Amino acid sequence: MGFKMTETGGIDPDTWNRWHVVGCHDELPDDGARATRLLGRAITVERRGSGAEVRLTGGGALPVKVAYGYVWSSLGTPGPLFELPEHAEADRRNLNGCSFFVRTSPPRAIENFLDMAHFPFVHTGILGEEAHPDVKDYDVAISTDGREVVASNCHFYQPKAAAASTGGVDVTYRYRVPHPWCAILYKDSPAKPGRSDVIALFVQPCGEEEIVANLALFILDDDTPLPALRRFQQQIFVQDKPILENQMPRRLPLYPRADSPVRADKASIAYRRWLRQLGTSFGVLS
Amino acid sequence: MIALHDYDLSAEGYAVRLFLALLGLDYRLLPVEFYPAREHEGEEFRALSPMASLPVLVDGDLVLTEVAGILSYLAARHGGADWYPAGDAAQLGRIGDGLALSARLAATAGAVRLADGMMLPLDGAAARAEAKRLLRVIDERLWFGEAAGDDWLCPGPRPSIADIACFPHIVLAEEGDIPLIDYPAIRRWLDRVRRLPGFVVMPGVFGA
Ligand SMILES: [Fe+2]
Repeated sequence: MGFKMTETGGIDPDTWNRWHVVGCHDELPDDGARATRLLGRAITVERRGSGAEVRLTGGGALPVKVAYGYVWSSLGTPGPLFELPEHAEADRRNLNGCSFFVRTSPPRAIENFLDMAHFPFVHTGILGEEAHPDVKDYDVAISTDGREVVASNCHFYQPKAAAASTGGVDVTYRYRVPHPWCAILYKDSPAKPGRSDVIALFVQPCGEEEIVANLALFILDDDTPLPALRRFQQQIFVQDKPILENQMPRRLPLYPRADSPVRADKASIAYRRWLRQLGTSFGVLS
Repeated sequence: MIALHDYDLSAEGYAVRLFLALLGLDYRLLPVEFYPAREHEGEEFRALSPMASLPVLVDGDLVLTEVAGILSYLAARHGGADWYPAGDAAQLGRIGDGLALSARLAATAGAVRLADGMMLPLDGAAARAEAKRLLRVIDERLWFGEAAGDDWLCPGPRPSIADIACFPHIVLAEEGDIPLIDYPAIRRWLDRVRRLPGFVVMPGVFGA
């Protein structure tokens, strides 16, 4: 109410007032601040014990929160961050799988993360294989409070679903998108039947066409060494990077029938509809 | 058996893995985490590779730590006349030139690719400008080569380890925001390398 886009440099109010990830807490340098960018502004992020300090470069302090292993900040007045209760489950290992800079818009990265159809062709022999290219029908909805997109009952054959996998399996997936640029995947755990590994993509919006993609793991795997877990995630993400960087336009088109997806990808359609509801204009073409 | 200490996303490492595959050689891969752990700079790895360079090939008592040395050794030891023209001094000289060219590509296109994706400090603009200058020279060389009936970086009917050493840095250049659209002869050459029998990919590289 009474929100003036001029006060936010043209950034839409939903984006301006949200928490955004600005780094993995464990990977911040031991001494000094790290320079990075948030929504086109130069910022610095510095570790302070178990907390952190985030400042506009040459300017004032920004709101800061450490949650789920990452530092979050905002240019506006943020409300609560989304819940991720699995983070607190004692038998999970929580780690940063990888962080890579990518030349794409934040929503393009989320759409790629939600899209199972690319697995057989981009992650051949790991998350899919060309002999099993079909995405079976699944359910997708915007939650009744309008706060997240949920996709469930996704089934897919995967030759090597996780670092701990010993063979191919039919995997069940569930996705939550509780933030325009954060998506959380729940995936059958190979180690603990009946429970899910949780893999989240937290996108740092450096600019409208520049991001840092952070893959966060909250997994039920006591045995695989840390470097092997990171190696598995890096290999997968680096296969997506050139796909993302070659998608044109880099901003996600939100106008009606934009991109006209040949295969009607339900998750993508719901995600775009949700961004329109939120009034998101950063990183999109409307 | 040959052991290769290597990082999956290393372009130099990929050159060696690609050549081992083309030669049909088995090897044991020992992963080293370049990013984010910087394991190659640790004491344990420096004992093997004092310059902290990746990859490192170990074959019996022999330890090699630079891609030019590794490819030269593998070509001479296992490549036969196809890959190691022992009696042809001029061709060996040209291959040596090509290996040095791959080191220039590593220092420019290769460095900007790593610095970009992994957010490491580098003067990206200077590295990109020099990489583009090198690519222009290579594109012209390949274009004139094609006109003379040559398909590879060094004249002759067969690829050499110069092609293998340069290929990873060039095929991955777009990851460092160096578009290859302006180098048509290079793009045809990349496709020829992709069609070599035994060709393998790495994350970020797609097959023919
Ligand atoms: Fe992917």
